[in-house]
Amino acid sequence: MNLVPDVDYRTRLPGGQHWSLRLRRGTSLTLIAEEPGCNVGLLLYSAEQPLERLNLPDTLKCQHTFHLGRGHCLYSDMGRVLASIVEDDCGGHDAVGGNLGPGHFEAKGWRRIRYQQGRNERTQSGHESFLIELAKYGLGLADLSANLNLFSKLTVDEQGRLRYLPDHCAAGDRVTLRFELDVLVMLHTCPHPLDPSPDYPHRGVTIELGTLPPPDRTDVCLSHCAENARGFDNNRLYLLGQ
Amino acid sequence: MNASSPVQDTAPMPPLARHLIEAGDHFIGRLQQGQRLRIVDLEGNQAADTLFYNACDVAERYSAVDTVREQGSLYLTTGSVLRSTLNRPMLRIVDDSCGRHDTLGGACSSESNTVRYALDRRHMHSCRDNWMLAIANHPEYGLTKRDIGHNINFFMNVPVTPEGGLDFADGISGPGKYVELVSEMDVVVLISNCPQLNNPCSGFDPTPIELLIWRH
Repeated sequence: MNLVPDVDYRTRLPGGQHWSLRLRRGTSLTLIAEEPGCNVGLLLYSAEQPLERLNLPDTLKCQHTFHLGRGHCLYSDMGRVLASIVEDDCGGHDAVGGNLGPGHFEAKGWRRIRYQQGRNERTQSGHESFLIELAKYGLGLADLSANLNLFSKLTVDEQGRLRYLPDHCAAGDRVTLRFELDVLVMLHTCPHPLDPSPDYPHRGVTIELGTLPPPDRTDVCLSHCAENARGFDNNRLYLLGQ
Repeated sequence: MNASSPVQDTAPMPPLARHLIEAGDHFIGRLQQGQRLRIVDLEGNQAADTLFYNACDVAERYSAVDTVREQGSLYLTTGSVLRSTLNRPMLRIVDDSCGRHDTLGGACSSESNTVRYALDRRHMHSCRDNWMLAIANHPEYGLTKRDIGHNINFFMNVPVTPEGGLDFADGISGPGKYVELVSEMDVVVLISNCPQLNNPCSGFDPTPIELLIWRH
């Protein structure tokens, strides 16, 4: 069954920009890639207690996967499901590449265009983008967890060597997250740090916000594995009395 | 110095310090720039869950994603440079008789054990509880829960299959295997000697590790 949210709000985030919002339990966030090779850096924090946050090691090991996609849950460090990937045209989202940092530009041969020269076409780093959005909630470098890179994929060979797949996503590819708790969402559209483009690519996304019904026992994420059913049991415990 | 340690110290210099850490216990301490730290898996198949912080500003800490991206490989061994959340070198691995150390699996916690195994395993001891006691007992380091991030698991084996599967495999470490690191900056070292009983990361029989520190 496809889960199609009712869309209440639509906006466009151009490439190389950042965005954040508190999204309540039961809301959805759909990201639509405008062109091949899009990247969206994503971090999640509990809105009620931001010390509870996206934990990618817990997320990967409890679902026994290196690649995240439809049916997977995004776990906090407290054993709860912050969000579920309910729709996904792309798959294989990267959980180990981290962010483009200010130190990468020179080595990659990418121009560092300052605001004075480029206005809002400047070339921001994902690292600084997250620090800007985190600071709005009283969070900082110590709170910068390992981030997810939606639409980007890395493969691993038997020796553990990583390889970035250029243009992994196609124009129009969509990813929909359903929020299972009230969550602070931080995201940026800066390029993946391993993107081999000859210069800094500006690739934007469309953002759609809406609502979805709560998961039942047949839900694609809740029923994905016994671990996810227990993760949702932990959410139910957290929400007792609501 | 622990005279009963089964480890033969083969380095030419006597160590500045030795610490025996039983399973389920923690270590927190400083390592100065240029000092050398050896972590020894005394009985084999143990996991040493480790975090490093810049001692001058603990907001900067070990970053798994920066480390694996810059070396282009998931596993740590001799030659690996451990990088920070500001993508700066923190420590280098200069010797490794084990051959492979995990960057992906993170640390066990009582909360994640409820998801991975069963809700009623909430009470079982875990690495993150171990770290919480370390930072509570040692407020002089200025660490709080926000500083507890994605760590290294020395001696642990978490292979990724070509299809993208991930599992905790039997350890590849053995009695007396060790890893040795040299610090590129003054760091705080935080280690949980893993108490996990639910998977093979500690061979279902958690055992002691030993730390040895040399001036250089």
